[in-house]
Amino acid sequence: MGKNNKLLEFIANSIPYGTLIQGFQYPELTVPSGKLHDAAGALKNFKEQPFDYLVSLTAVDHLEKFTMVYHLESTPTHTMIVLKADLANRDKTRIDTVSDLWVAAEFHEREVFDLFGIHFNNHPDMRRLFLEDDYGYPLRKDFKDDVNIIEYSN
Amino acid sequence: MSEEAVKKIILKEDEDYIVNMGPQHPSTHGVLRMEVCLNGETVKYMIPHIGYIHRGMEKMAESNTYKQIIHLTDRMDYLSAHINNEAVCLAVENALGVEVPERVQYIRAILDELTRIASHHLWWSAFGMDLGALTTFFYGMRDREKILAIFEESFGSRLLHSFNTPGGLMHDVHPDFRKHTLEFVKYFRKKLPDYKNLLTDNVIFHNRTIGIGVMDKEMAVNYGVTGPSGRGSGFSCDIRKTAPYGIYDKVEFNEILYSEGDSFARYKVRMDEMEESLNILEQLVENMPEEGGFTAKMKPVVKLPEGEYFQRVEAARGEFAVFIVSKGEKYPYRIKFRSPNFSNLFVLSQLAIGGIIADLVAITGSLDLVIPDIDR
Repeated sequence: MGKNNKLLEFIANSIPYGTLIQGFQYPELTVPSGKLHDAAGALKNFKEQPFDYLVSLTAVDHLEKFTMVYHLESTPTHTMIVLKADLANRDKTRIDTVSDLWVAAEFHEREVFDLFGIHFNNHPDMRRLFLEDDYGYPLRKDFKDDVNIIEYSN
Repeated sequence: MSEEAVKKIILKEDEDYIVNMGPQHPSTHGVLRMEVCLNGETVKYMIPHIGYIHRGMEKMAESNTYKQIIHLTDRMDYLSAHINNEAVCLAVENALGVEVPERVQYIRAILDELTRIASHHLWWSAFGMDLGALTTFFYGMRDREKILAIFEESFGSRLLHSFNTPGGLMHDVHPDFRKHTLEFVKYFRKKLPDYKNLLTDNVIFHNRTIGIGVMDKEMAVNYGVTGPSGRGSGFSCDIRKTAPYGIYDKVEFNEILYSEGDSFARYKVRMDEMEESLNILEQLVENMPEEGGFTAKMKPVVKLPEGEYFQRVEAARGEFAVFIVSKGEKYPYRIKFRSPNFSNLFVLSQLAIGGIIADLVAITGSLDLVIPDIDR
């Protein structure tokens, strides 16, 4: 890491509740799910390196929890950071939307809702994107579909 | 605003029409349905409906090995199939710390640029045809054929060649590969002025595209519109420059940027990019080593160490990224494809508002959407 001291200092001051580690490629910042919107807003409004470009937004099903993963880029400096938040409750999974910060998130979140069944609070248009309303959530690890064989026996 | 809220505010039942463009409308170049609300000919709102060819690739990938996933990525953006392959290969190689021979990196970059030109050819052909200039289709297809012939000679297939594999290439290229690539560069240099005379300098074409669908830089960044569409608005997002991969840090080329943000700016970016790709091709073919093999040594079963890997590449339509979560097995635990068209599509509903239907066709064409890449 080392090089980007300003970013580290900023995160230590503005997002004290987050834990920062150096991942395989990018710094990874994990925050509690309730604080996600605050942390995202702080990163987007960081004056020196505004993380204004949401590259990718997705979720990972770890069975005991879901992890939301946000890849952000600062377009003036092309710095990347990964923002993460864990969601424990499988049945009523909820997290705040970030679509008010990046419009691109609106559609990525609809995709995550469609495939994982994670609800986003305050989202302007929380409908499914690809599949029918009664399909189930296929990217969950416990999803079973008897009609369409999309999973082979490994 | 939600769809229902939009309809309530805008829709006047006795004045407005709701028309469905697609899923089989020729200007959408695939199965995309645009729900368009019209007052006369003016678009009041446009809502895209997608999912007609959603194949669940991310789920399928979870029960396929990394070598098998390569073949899935071809079928997302089939016009930049080679570049999509490369993203998965690079992610796997980086994770394992495999050093790919320099020759392979050169061949991959040559194929990247050939793919990019072929893709822009098809876009140019179809864009002209969308706006009523049928000749462009014949010109573009005629020249694209030369690239497909190079592909066919080396890989036996013209579109979805799945030629990349983790560690290198499936097999070596044809002995005439360099010669034919150089021949194509010379040939296409001569043909580019024709393109300019036919469409770029055409007054009717100017009237259809200049000032149509203006997207400013902030909007492009906010929506995540990348590739030529984003660069037409001045958003510097060429991954070959901002996060170089493969051989691209050793190649000299310019990132094409225009600031107008209208359909014509997006058009000019792609036209200039074709020329820039020819320059890159010349450099690459000249410096490509003759010796060095076509693959690094790889284990027959590829298992990634536990961790998360993210690889970004510049596909013909924008930033393509692959995010792999591995738990140390031969299958990825979770794979996410960040496809450029997914982000590029949704800005369309903003650009369409206030224009007429014919403008909607022009804007759709200038964004160069490939629908299977949206649905995945």
